[in-house]
Amino acid sequence: MNITFIQPEKFREQMEYLRRERGMDFLRELVGMDWGEEGIGAVYMLENSETKENVQVATRSTNREAPAIPTVSDIWKIAEMYEREAFDFFGIIFTGHPDLRRLFLRNDWVGYPLRKDYDESEELNPVRMFSENVENDCTHTLAPDGTLQRNPDTLFDNNEYIINIGPQHPATHGVLRFRLSLEGEVIKKTDVHCGYIHRGVEKISERLTYPQILALTDRLDYLSAHQNRHALCMCIENAMDVEVTERTQYIRTIMDELQRIDSHLLFISCAAMDLGALTTFIYGFRDREKILDIFEEVTGGRLIQNYNVIGGVQADITATFAEKVKAFCKYIPKKIKEYNDVFTNNIITRKRMVGVGVLGRDEAISFGCTGGTGRASGWACDVRKRHPYALYDKVDFKEVIYQNGDSFSRYLVRIDEIMESVRIIEQLIDNIPEGDYKVKTKPVIRIPEGSYHATVEGSRGEFGVFIESRGEKSPYRIKFRPMGLPLVACMGTLLNGNKIADLMTIGATLDYVIPDIDR
Amino acid sequence: MYDFSIITTAIDQFLRSLMPSALATFLECVLIAVCVLVAYVLLAIVMIFMERKVCAAFQCRLGPMRVGFWGLLQVFADVFKMIIKEIIDFKRTDNLLYNLAPFLVVLSSVLTFSCLPFANGIEVLDFNVGLFFIMATSSFGVLGIMLAGWSSNNKFSMIGAMRSGAQMVSYELSIGLSMLTLVALSGTLQLSEIVARQADMWFIFKGHLPALTAFIIYLIAGNAETNRGPFDLPEAESELTAGYHTEYSGMGFGFFYVAEFMNLFIVSGIAATIFLGGWMPLHVPGLDAFNATMDYIPGPVWFFGKTFFVIWLLMWIKWTFPRLRIDQVITLEWKYLMPIGLVNLLIMTLCVVMGWTF
Repeated sequence: MNITFIQPEKFREQMEYLRRERGMDFLRELVGMDWGEEGIGAVYMLENSETKENVQVATRSTNREAPAIPTVSDIWKIAEMYEREAFDFFGIIFTGHPDLRRLFLRNDWVGYPLRKDYDESEELNPVRMFSENVENDCTHTLAPDGTLQRNPDTLFDNNEYIINIGPQHPATHGVLRFRLSLEGEVIKKTDVHCGYIHRGVEKISERLTYPQILALTDRLDYLSAHQNRHALCMCIENAMDVEVTERTQYIRTIMDELQRIDSHLLFISCAAMDLGALTTFIYGFRDREKILDIFEEVTGGRLIQNYNVIGGVQADITATFAEKVKAFCKYIPKKIKEYNDVFTNNIITRKRMVGVGVLGRDEAISFGCTGGTGRASGWACDVRKRHPYALYDKVDFKEVIYQNGDSFSRYLVRIDEIMESVRIIEQLIDNIPEGDYKVKTKPVIRIPEGSYHATVEGSRGEFGVFIESRGEKSPYRIKFRPMGLPLVACMGTLLNGNKIADLMTIGATLDYVIPDIDR
Repeated sequence: MYDFSIITTAIDQFLRSLMPSALATFLECVLIAVCVLVAYVLLAIVMIFMERKVCAAFQCRLGPMRVGFWGLLQVFADVFKMIIKEIIDFKRTDNLLYNLAPFLVVLSSVLTFSCLPFANGIEVLDFNVGLFFIMATSSFGVLGIMLAGWSSNNKFSMIGAMRSGAQMVSYELSIGLSMLTLVALSGTLQLSEIVARQADMWFIFKGHLPALTAFIIYLIAGNAETNRGPFDLPEAESELTAGYHTEYSGMGFGFFYVAEFMNLFIVSGIAATIFLGGWMPLHVPGLDAFNATMDYIPGPVWFFGKTFFVIWLLMWIKWTFPRLRIDQVITLEWKYLMPIGLVNLLIMTLCVVMGWTF
């Protein structure tokens, strides 16, 4: 992967040029990086949503004390969140950023953990037995001399009616926390707090060998376990020039699609539960169980499956696999009709979803909301079509796109995608070629020096893996593109002015998974 | 029909022969109170069990199966657990109101419950403005809910209570209007008299179209009044965790829970009484042999049969529909149900005046 380096002084100008003249409207990833003596900075991966053209640029500052880079958060909306993450991990000060707070770590954390000279001693960051200081109703701005300034009480006024949704709340689907300022039932302002399940996967990975890192990807978005691992394996295989067998490609593609159906079934169930239709919730779980049974038979795991490995898959498919998958493909369309009868076509469901939380196409791209959410807004963002991998260029399937961008479109996209996934599986399941399920790789896996990147279409968006290698057994820097962070970032825009009950509708249909956001 | 007042009169005379009249009256009051409360609790247990099994059936599950045969003892175990649980005091709650609130809710529910005519002769409170009394007592339950939300000093509770207040006050209108429609047909407010006047035919048939409309409005509004089904937003668990009773533990919560189930029973009981003839058997004019056979089925069976049928209808709705949003709930009432109810009342009055009823 080619990365063009730009001086920080010219950076802003160049980025504006890329956005305006080259139409680079999608900021795929922003990877904070510590290059050691060459400086601290970030890699920006940009894409033109029309032409699918990709550009990677980077900028770095040699001042290790306070590395300053101009912000691009006014050019791409998602950059606001990404830059907060880079500030959190590397201490990069993005000049001009509206609100530079830590994103995942506590605000009393000492040091920037992903820097190579980070001091890990426990005296600096002991396990703190008290909650972080409450004075977090503040934004951060830069003083002219380059230091960060806290502005207390700028986020929420003292006499606003603020409620906490989460970290323990049934509607957040995990430990995410929203702080809402209410006026009656109407939401006036939203502030998202992430990091309650932050495990530092990227930091841990820097000292694990590549096969060991594989064990962590299933635990990011546990509903895209196969796809996540697929992306990482693919990235490593591409870097090492390992060609996997045809049989592996078939198995991986089928497993990815089964996982997608699994995730979308859970999406339907949870959306129904958030709207109060508990019966549909149970129906969805009943059918998801059948996929989990297939997974269990083949991989031995139901949620955490550890199936893909570098060069192939862990174990061959079982003798009854094809038969069971075919039975499932026959079974699920009937059940989709049942969901439609019970839930989708219900008048209350429609009233709750149609026109609620409209995300426009341009906003979706600017926020980088890929997956079902982006496609519901009319953005053809399916990685399977954009940058085909595995067997997706050989199978015939439709990219489901809706134009309205409201909650109901986001819901329908998932329903239709289940049917498309069934179609893909049906085309492949009868033709799985004979052959090895795994190619032999070297006992110790080293990746040649360089930067590598691979993306797959996860269950809820584009999942990307970026590896910077120095030729060692473990990566110099590894970055996973979270599918959920853009979705959470746009929550504020979608929520403000809506009612509390709409938070559940919008949150459910955006379909984020928290461990994927926090990593 | 067998008249149960023969038994009650016999007991009354027996007591009065033993002791002075005032003491006998006092003793009877105590006796009846105990009977009502026991019936109240037992029915609540039956209802909770029924809810679990009905819900399980809708969701392709079995429901509780482990405690006792078919999980029959599960609810008793739950009640026992709830009784022995600690009642937690919070520092910054308004203690008096906080502890008063569940009692207000239960009081309103028990008072309404005792108005129901269970069978010919078993009516605890039966006087000439019975229906009016029911409307009055059932509506002060919302006071308890509002107090619970206010005194808990919890923002979720507060929002739940405000929702509940807005909702129950609104739907009170529709309930009242649909009851009034039936009063126009029956010509009396006394519950025993209402049942007696359905001896030839139930009101839902006698009043045909307007009565049927009123019945549907009543079911919707009744569902809203009990905070159930698509209208459970005061305690919407996916939005407000538990709404107005978030901060209650032990029997404080238990009272809200029991009252909610019993309100469902009461709403269904009233529906059975004023629309479906209460304890009155199914009589079809002209078919004397059929009517005589129907009379062999005792009154309580009819009453509970009809009531549980309506309960089952409401449970069906609850376990099928998603939840409404607060503005949709209020719109439904003020823009649709209430105008329809008013017009319906007018039509019913017209029907009665012109004699267009069966």
